[in-house]
Amino acid sequence: MAKEGQSGNPAVAEVEAPVIGPGHTYASVTDKISSIVLTRKTPRAWWIGFTITFLLTMLLLYSIGNLLVRGVGLWGVNVPVGWGFDIINFVWWIGIGHAGTLISAILLLLRQEWRTSINRFAEAMTLFAVANAALYPLMHMGRPWLAYWLLPYPNTMGTWPQPRSPLVWDVFAVSTYALVSFLFWFIGLIPDLATLRDRAKNRFVKIVYGILAMGWRGSAIHWQRYETAYLLLAGLATPLVVSVHTVVSFDFSIGIIPGWHATIFPPYFVAGAIYAGFAMVLTLTIPIRSYYGLEDFITMRHVDNMGKILLATGLIVAYGYMMETFMAWYSGSKYEQYMILNRMQGPYKTLYWALIVCNVVVPQLLWSQRVRRNLIALWIISLVVGVGMWLERFIIVVVSLHRDFLPSAWGMYRPTAWDWSTYIGTLGFFLALLFLFIRFLPMISIFEMRTLVPHPAGKARH
Amino acid sequence: MESTRLYGLMAEFDNPADLLAAARAAYAEGYRKMDAYSPMPVHGLAEALGVQKNPLPLIVLLGGLVGCLTAFGMLWAIETIIYPLNVGGRPFNSWPAFIPITFETTILFAALAAVLGMLALNGLPQPYHPVFNAPRFALATHNRFFLCIEASDPKFDLVATRRFLENLPSREVVEVAP
Repeated sequence: MAKEGQSGNPAVAEVEAPVIGPGHTYASVTDKISSIVLTRKTPRAWWIGFTITFLLTMLLLYSIGNLLVRGVGLWGVNVPVGWGFDIINFVWWIGIGHAGTLISAILLLLRQEWRTSINRFAEAMTLFAVANAALYPLMHMGRPWLAYWLLPYPNTMGTWPQPRSPLVWDVFAVSTYALVSFLFWFIGLIPDLATLRDRAKNRFVKIVYGILAMGWRGSAIHWQRYETAYLLLAGLATPLVVSVHTVVSFDFSIGIIPGWHATIFPPYFVAGAIYAGFAMVLTLTIPIRSYYGLEDFITMRHVDNMGKILLATGLIVAYGYMMETFMAWYSGSKYEQYMILNRMQGPYKTLYWALIVCNVVVPQLLWSQRVRRNLIALWIISLVVGVGMWLERFIIVVVSLHRDFLPSAWGMYRPTAWDWSTYIGTLGFFLALLFLFIRFLPMISIFEMRTLVPHPAGKARH
Repeated sequence: MESTRLYGLMAEFDNPADLLAAARAAYAEGYRKMDAYSPMPVHGLAEALGVQKNPLPLIVLLGGLVGCLTAFGMLWAIETIIYPLNVGGRPFNSWPAFIPITFETTILFAALAAVLGMLALNGLPQPYHPVFNAPRFALATHNRFFLCIEASDPKFDLVATRRFLENLPSREVVEVAP
């Protein structure tokens, strides 16, 4: 009879691709991940990080409070640039969220086993990014307490939303995305919540996880339906994630503004979203992996693969920039041609060239495996890409709007201190939620990691 | 009858292969009212226990269809009957413009059907279940694998069933209180 937890076979682990460090057993995987939540002392760095990000969250609340009292005039938006930081940051945040769905759904359907150790974390990132994204259109409404007017319901005013407008499509796309992302994340958590319930020593902790786990007991029949539901959700989330950013790009491309009215927008936006999202996943996982000693679960192979995806999506985005420029020339429209020249030589030219450096030039370093396997280099590149994708949205929103058809209607856009405080506040809110997540929930899917543990009788799944 | 005061007999195994073999053996022996418990999905285990049908895919399909028809019907009704707006002379029933919302709502309803359907079929949330009375059952979400033959099975016999489970490569066999 085997000894306690002795189900792993190190010999098998070495032959297989290293998606999990050698020598792990069901028990060691469970203990290592659940101990971060249950038994290990909360590290000092966690308290410092949470305090800072919590204060930034308060800055966000202060900014929103001021906005509600004093109105949207606090922001730098005005005619002709009516869409400033709020739309830039809305698109930026929602794009970051997309990598989470890509990792959890698309890579699951493609049977990429290496996704297992990063999907939970990436899904949480999706949720928190979407929460921040959804704040912006609400704030921009001016009277957010009337946000329910966006939904179609019979009302005493006798009016209905106009479903031929992409802005109404956005309401449905973003709210569906938020809800489906939450369901996917929560369903994935149920078996792990049951593990935490059964491992917890403290009675109060046991009750809380017990309520969340809803009485999960790992029954074979339950597992069968669970896996079916999970797979179907992945199949539903895959077209959803593509459609959400497509609809976001329709907000622009259905309009007739030069620089927006382009058929390349949907694929170019989706690739850009995945690009920014993977950059954010790397920005977050590289320090957490080192800090919590999770090198056995998030191996160099994961890091290397994410570097490759970053490079691939970066090239698609570069193709998008190239095509925008080419189409402006090829279209023969003087407005389109002026728009591109204005990007390259106009008052915002520094930002345009910074965008090209961040999104096109720097990521070319990822062709080298030495760079992809150098954690510090990769981390810096991921930050650069995050900045680059933010600049891309700035260029698309602001530069296209500030000089359109009539020179008499031209203007400049400058964000105010309130724009910046709101943006920095959302960064703090995002990170504060992530700090809470890694403290109170298992950041790696424990039950899926167990299926990666090799055992003599072959794999449990497939 | 002693067996009426029991929920069943539970055997504990070390690895999924032993559990799968045990489930197949128990089914071959004629047991039907039983369930296996594992810390992660074990492929083929539900089939080994005799589960034939999984209605979930059909539920999700119906959810998606309902979502699709609801959304398109609603948009069509708003635009043609309830609140028709003449936008540049375009037709009221501009159905291509209804597709994005119809698509999103289809996904939403199908996803809700998948999650709620799975929970409903599994009978979750469930505040109490007898298997948690087994002393080592907490390990079912950790590193151990369990097979429980329920006392309500017509073939259940405390002595014979216990002997059957003990002859499998199990660590121990315990009685589970109801």
